[in-house]
Amino acid sequence: MTADHRLIAEHLTAGYGDAAILRDLDLAVAPGRITAIVGANACGKSTLLRSLSRLLAPAQGQVTLDGRAIHRIPARELARTLGLLPQSPIAPEGITVAELVGRGRHPHHGLMTRWSAEDDRAVAAALDATQTAELAERPVDELSGGQRQRVWIAMALAQQTGILLLDEPTTFLDVSHQVEVLDLLVDLNMTRGTTIVMVLHDLNLAARYADLLVAMREGRLYASGPPEEVLTAGTLRAVFGLDSRVVTDPISGKPMMLPIGRHRVGTSGPTAASAMPEGTLHDDPMR
Amino acid sequence: MAITTTTLATIAAARHRRGRRRRAILAGLVLLIAGMLALTLMLGQSFTPPGQVIRVLAGQEVPGASFTVRQLRLPRAVLSVLAGFCFGMGGVAFQIMLRNPLASPDIIGISSGASAAAVFAIVVLGISGPAVPILAVAAGLGVALAIYGLSFRGGVAGTRLILIGIGVAAMLHSFIAYTLSRAPAWDLQQALRWLTGSVNGAQLGQALPLLAVLALAGGVLLSRSRDLEALRMGEDTAAALGVRVGPTRTLVIACAVGMIAVATAITGPISFVAFLSGPIAARIMGSGGSLLLPSALVGAALVLVGDYCGQFLMPGRYPVGVVTGALGAPYLIYLIVRVNRAGGSL
Repeated sequence: MTADHRLIAEHLTAGYGDAAILRDLDLAVAPGRITAIVGANACGKSTLLRSLSRLLAPAQGQVTLDGRAIHRIPARELARTLGLLPQSPIAPEGITVAELVGRGRHPHHGLMTRWSAEDDRAVAAALDATQTAELAERPVDELSGGQRQRVWIAMALAQQTGILLLDEPTTFLDVSHQVEVLDLLVDLNMTRGTTIVMVLHDLNLAARYADLLVAMREGRLYASGPPEEVLTAGTLRAVFGLDSRVVTDPISGKPMMLPIGRHRVGTSGPTAASAMPEGTLHDDPMR
Repeated sequence: MAITTTTLATIAAARHRRGRRRRAILAGLVLLIAGMLALTLMLGQSFTPPGQVIRVLAGQEVPGASFTVRQLRLPRAVLSVLAGFCFGMGGVAFQIMLRNPLASPDIIGISSGASAAAVFAIVVLGISGPAVPILAVAAGLGVALAIYGLSFRGGVAGTRLILIGIGVAAMLHSFIAYTLSRAPAWDLQQALRWLTGSVNGAQLGQALPLLAVLALAGGVLLSRSRDLEALRMGEDTAAALGVRVGPTRTLVIACAVGMIAVATAITGPISFVAFLSGPIAARIMGSGGSLLLPSALVGAALVLVGDYCGQFLMPGRYPVGVVTGALGAPYLIYLIVRVNRAGGSL
């Protein structure tokens, strides 16, 4: 189903009102891969995701999908190729899981078309893929946070898009559910070849689960590439203003960062001290 | 991707079950309205047997019944049903779009705007006839635009819009009361019509504008019901599903205001019918599915029942709006209390 689609931002400047949050940003989303966008709060991660999905019109530059500017593509047609799961979607009161997932079929319907067997198949496949089939007739309000997030992902799956954008899909989930959701996204990527772009807060999970990391700073790309190249102490210092040590994750073999704050860094004393630039000491009023 | 056949069978079966349930409830509502309609035609100050009612409706002259049924009861019943459709559908369209039961046009001042324009036209300008609904629609749209403009600050926040709307409604209410008090020959019935709504003195000709707006605006709204359903999940989610949020919102507001304003210009702002119909319909229908049609039917039933109670079941005769107002006010209080308990997030 997925002929790899090419989603590209060119010289993208965007924001709210007069304030530009993204400044002259270029990004080519890797087709068929998992990309995680990381960066400090308010660096423009969500704004980038909203621009890529046309929720936000660019002030300058453009976003293209397979060579066409996305704001020129008819809304339904775009929604059949490009899916987005916003940060806090709202489940209508009393709606059941199967009904909610069925809403994902919206772009496949016109004014007059009726629900078809094809729609049933897409919903069933989405429920099976997210292991929510046994919840199908339960009201969404009654589900746990992890179940609910799986259901929302199922809705996005029923949309059957080649590209799926997710804005912090693991927020408000405990660690086991975070891992569950990320595993599910990797399943999708492997079985359906879905291109995935997600904003993630947890750097170590991002490095473990994404093929590519995009690190943003003040509305620009600071670094992008495989986790090994992007998740370095230097990048973290530049992007988060944080000292850290990067080691190899013994589980995945990917890089893993350990933050270095002002306190509780005693046992690794010399290393921690040497990793801390002189300047930070003077910023501390206690000294 | 592999699909287990049990999943497929289960969801198809559940979908059919939901469809059957929905059709059954809608049919029940239609039957209820038909029954109420029949009852209103038969009962009144005097009882008219069903046989006579049918003969009158068929165009025959029945001494003692023709006038009562054709001139008094039929226009009243027809107008009740049509106005109820308009209030019910227009109200729920607003509530769905702004995802808040308080966002009903009779709470946020749109009905009051239409009402104020109608009162002004009739009392001060001395206008009557088709110009009155037209002015009412224009005023309803004007108020909607004003509230929208006042609450727009980098995107419309539902709560701000509702609070501003409640303020606007209060101002318009005092304008209506002032205008009525200045009217040369105002009587209580007339005043109540514009303050709470009434189907007293209904004429069959008044059904025409209602039918027209139902066919036009109602038709457009129904054709957009899927987009409206998607908007219930938030604007971002709807946009991601291919809904053009801006144009859809404009279209829905225009249609809903049109329905509310035309109905208001004819019957007055029948209190709380727009506000109550949606939540009642949602409660009856259970989950999922468009609420436009169920809410329209509930609206019609509310007006019919309310008018009947006001005429015959209470000491003295009250316009329908007094009865629906008495039903709606406790619900409004309940809603505000519940919202406060939930932590003030409207």
